[in-house]
Amino acid sequence: MTTPAPSARLLLAVAAGGAVGALLRWCLGQVVPDGDGFPWTTFAINVLGSFALAAIPGLVAVGRHPALAVALGPGLLGGFTTLSAYAEQARALVDEGAVALAGAYVVGTLAACLLAVLLGGRLAPVAARRDFNAHEGNE
Amino acid sequence: MTALLVALGAMVGAPLRFACAHYLDHPFPRGTLLVNVAGSFVLGLCSALSLSGSQLALVGTGFCGALTTYSAFSVQTMMLGPRSGAAYATLTVVLALIAVTAGFALGAQA
Repeated sequence: MTTPAPSARLLLAVAAGGAVGALLRWCLGQVVPDGDGFPWTTFAINVLGSFALAAIPGLVAVGRHPALAVALGPGLLGGFTTLSAYAEQARALVDEGAVALAGAYVVGTLAACLLAVLLGGRLAPVAARRDFNAHEGNE
Repeated sequence: MTALLVALGAMVGAPLRFACAHYLDHPFPRGTLLVNVAGSFVLGLCSALSLSGSQLALVGTGFCGALTTYSAFSVQTMMLGPRSGAAYATLTVVLALIAVTAGFALGAQA
């Protein structure tokens, strides 16, 4: 069984949303840099993005338009949140000898993001979340 | 100019993640796992090579930032349920940390 290729329309929607999301992440980093110690800005970005991804299936328009679902999910929020910076920040903290802080950051981000998904999901009905996932909104 | 490079990098990274997930995420999110680990490796490399300014904006903040995702990772973890979710979350975090360390070590030798 071969999976059909994703349509160019959806790929463009993801690219456009991803560009906006990454720009938002970059802008926040310019205004409130992570600096030394706990990377609060990246932490907040990942928690906020996780909450939003769990909640947006509740928007009626997202359920009606698959291109909007991927522009917002894999696009905007996928581009906004980042796992590479999270991993690199943890590595840098360990490198500086702040092992406990690195551990707190790694586990704290994960726990906060999972909790955010739980809370965000309350804003979207189960059926809407299932449709959103079927439209590849969670990729 | 920097903003434009961030957007350009993301316009490659985000659809690449979507394509990997499209082909590999079912039933287990292997595609998202793959891009999260690969992006962490490349960012570790960028960090060791001391990329800054326009190069870091394009490859690090734009491409790696958008190739990887925390939002899809956390939603997928919750959707997988306790057992598979715990395995997926552990696998992603541990492999991403190993990858970023390996990328950094490789870059430091160059």
